[in-house]
Amino acid sequence: MIGYVPPWFDGYTEWLVAIAVLVAMTCAIPGSFLLVRRESMMGDAISHAVLPGIAIGFLISGSRNREWMFLGAAISGIATAILAQSLRVIGRVERGAALGIVFTTLFALGLVLIVQSADHVDLDPSCVLYGQIELAPLDTITLAGYEIPRALPILGVVFLAVLLATLFLWKELLITSFDSELAQSQGIPPQVIHQILMVLVAVTCVAAFESVGSILVVALLVAPAASARLLTDRLVTLVPLSAFLGGLAAMIGTLAALTLPGHFQTEIEDVNIAGSIAIVCGLMVVLAAIGSPRRGLIVRYLNRIRLQLRIAVEDLIGALYRIEIEKRSPETPIKTQLLQMGALTSPGLRSNFWLGLAQWHAHRRGLLTPSEPPSLTPAGLQLGAQLVRTHRLWESYLADHTALPTNHLHDTAMDLEHFTAPALSKALEEIAPTDPIDPHGRAIPAPTQPPLPDSESTPPDR
Amino acid sequence: MSRSASLPPRYAHRTLWTLLAIFLSPLAAYADPVFFESKLQKILFLQDYNTRIVVIGTSILGAACGLSGTFLLLRKRALMGDVLSHTMLPGVVLAFLLGTTFGYEKTLPLLLLGAAIAAGLGSLSVLMLRRISVLGDETAMAIVLSFFFGIGTVLLSIAQESATGHQAGLESFIYGKTASLTRGDVQWILLGSLFSLGLVLLLFKEFRMLCFDEEFTGCQGRPVVGLDAALFAVVIVTTLVGLQAVGLILIIALLVIPPAAARFWTDQLHHTTAVAATIGALGCWSGVTISALAPRLPAGALIVLSTAFLFLISLLFGSRRGLIGRLIRWSDTRASVGKDHLLRAFYELSESHLKWIRLEDLAGLRSWTPRQLQRLLKRARKRGEVIRGNANTWKLTDRGHLLAAHRTRNHRLWELYLIRYAHLATSHVDRAADRIEHVLGPELVHHLEQELDQRPPYAPESPHPILNPEESR
Repeated sequence: MIGYVPPWFDGYTEWLVAIAVLVAMTCAIPGSFLLVRRESMMGDAISHAVLPGIAIGFLISGSRNREWMFLGAAISGIATAILAQSLRVIGRVERGAALGIVFTTLFALGLVLIVQSADHVDLDPSCVLYGQIELAPLDTITLAGYEIPRALPILGVVFLAVLLATLFLWKELLITSFDSELAQSQGIPPQVIHQILMVLVAVTCVAAFESVGSILVVALLVAPAASARLLTDRLVTLVPLSAFLGGLAAMIGTLAALTLPGHFQTEIEDVNIAGSIAIVCGLMVVLAAIGSPRRGLIVRYLNRIRLQLRIAVEDLIGALYRIEIEKRSPETPIKTQLLQMGALTSPGLRSNFWLGLAQWHAHRRGLLTPSEPPSLTPAGLQLGAQLVRTHRLWESYLADHTALPTNHLHDTAMDLEHFTAPALSKALEEIAPTDPIDPHGRAIPAPTQPPLPDSESTPPDR
Repeated sequence: MSRSASLPPRYAHRTLWTLLAIFLSPLAAYADPVFFESKLQKILFLQDYNTRIVVIGTSILGAACGLSGTFLLLRKRALMGDVLSHTMLPGVVLAFLLGTTFGYEKTLPLLLLGAAIAAGLGSLSVLMLRRISVLGDETAMAIVLSFFFGIGTVLLSIAQESATGHQAGLESFIYGKTASLTRGDVQWILLGSLFSLGLVLLLFKEFRMLCFDEEFTGCQGRPVVGLDAALFAVVIVTTLVGLQAVGLILIIALLVIPPAAARFWTDQLHHTTAVAATIGALGCWSGVTISALAPRLPAGALIVLSTAFLFLISLLFGSRRGLIGRLIRWSDTRASVGKDHLLRAFYELSESHLKWIRLEDLAGLRSWTPRQLQRLLKRARKRGEVIRGNANTWKLTDRGHLLAAHRTRNHRLWELYLIRYAHLATSHVDRAADRIEHVLGPELVHHLEQELDQRPPYAPESPHPILNPEESR
């Protein structure tokens, strides 16, 4: 790998990628806190509302002087948060509306200021909206003998500042994000920490707006953090993970914008990089929502299918056990038998598909004999006995200890028998009636000894 | 409470007139005769064809936005307007690209259709993302907003590279082109506003139910999802036709600010919608007028700013929950509470057979500062409830005595009630009764008298010892 130079190292693209990645990582840190505080739209609001601050900074300094810009933006960031908060508290305006009022007004103010001073300030509103990352690598300065884009050291400083502020205030940010009452009682002022976070967001927005524009800052603030949130539950992993994902999205987005259009036979060579990054960020959220190993759609779907299959198998075995005990004609096909039992109305076996699947799965687990029609193997009998015992124990428990009428016992027990963990099962055994007859007058099977080898229906206690 | 929560209508009228005067006062700056005859007159009286078109178009738009925004605000989805308007960008640009590819030149309906489809897709995506509960509503909105806008930006850059010089039409969707609205644009605005108005009027009852009680709406057999979709349709249509007037970033202001301002004036839904529509129209009209008066004032931004100014006025002077009205009501309540407390203090002291009551004795009963006490006494004397003797001593008049007995009676009835039925310790009832005595209505008092077997008009004896100035000395 040493000596390998990616094909996009051409003195321009790598700087572009570096700037984009740095912007994305800077945004991801405060963005994570906005996400866990459920204030993501605050990012949107602040990124719009920094406009008048920037414009005033321009007017005061008369040039694109960055100190003034940052100061102006930080002030308007705090102003947004404070104004929205006071509209909510004093004016009793709903939160979303308060945000909408404040940021549109400030944005309009910024527009007026910019247009009014168009003669001595070259600030194009569309540059604020979409950013001009394409031009960033061309504006260079010489630092320690190297010629690097001017944006890079500035972004580096902002990134370090945001990072250090986060590390320094980690505990405070953590506690106020999740439990502001606790923070208050611990002597941490939640309002002050909130304002600090708003300053961080505002400063990040200013640093980023030149590159990606004010609306796409929102993408970088929210989307990487949201993707990371789908992958982890811990804030301490969330922040670095979202920084990483943000950087990744920025890199992919930049390269895609530069190279992908060339693959299609068109005269278009490249597309807007900021927009492309925002698309990649959005796609990343979708990908995380579908594929996350913790709470992705796929995993949730698979879990549901596994649960449904287990219930279907258990219902099938339980029903066959009852047939076996009551010695109904074993030659009739299994479906007819189940139909006679009324077992086809059980939640697990309602459809032919699930019946077939359950039969196949029970067969594979060695609970059913391969004969036609199949009957229970000894392991199947044991599981059946255990299931029916749990079922009837529940029925007698429900009859004795709850006010449930007798004709409602069966359905409730039918649900409960699938979710009876060993500890609960033991507790049920302890209060089991001495005479083994359930409320419907049927015998409760004796407890199976030793415990079942196949313990899938009763997962081990963790 | 006998006192109505809202201020008398006279107050509201005066405020409205003051508001109008304040609002028009900046125009006075332009009042030199030459200027008046030329520009101001032209603009104010809509003599200029262009101004007429713009003012009429934006005012209709403002009214429609205020109307549909009211329901959005009450449904607590104010920021959805923001999301919807941003998601329209890719639709507009894609429609534009398709239009130029297939050679349709004047394509406003096509662009509007594209925007409508994109906004529909956007709201669907928000609903889907919202189901991932771990992320929360706001995150879902922010993600959809930035994702769609990103797509729009990319498409826009494609359009700019491949453009044949027609993309100027696209710019107007983003920043608005208020000053150069054409007759055709205004017709679209009128059409869209009429659609919104019609749908709102048709579904007014349903929307009201939806905004105030979602479960009840469902119980009544109304399709909640369908009504939400209808509400979105109203908002999307208004936003669509408004894009050209103020641009997609500022249209949210017209959806949010007028309804929020209207809430300061009234609690009635139909009044709120009317006031919101008025404020929206007024804001648009004044914004356009001001921007026409001076050079280099972007009309879209000025519309937002003047609507925001109207919001500020409403926040301060709103007759229903404006700050100043609330302040007045609050100080009224405080004064009447202070009066009750003073009278009771007099009564309690007169029970220990003091004829002339000294200032220090009064001050000893409550945590009054000398200034507060002086002010209370001054007011009470004006009302003829107390008279002043020599050397700073005071006495209740007959009228004052009657009132004081009544107040004390309320206080003690409640104390007795608390002791007997709430099992509060005798030493704890004084403070609790302190708060409730001011709002006990005659019916409740009558009820308490029956329950506690106390006959009017005498005040019962205090269940707890009262500080006696003679003994404490």
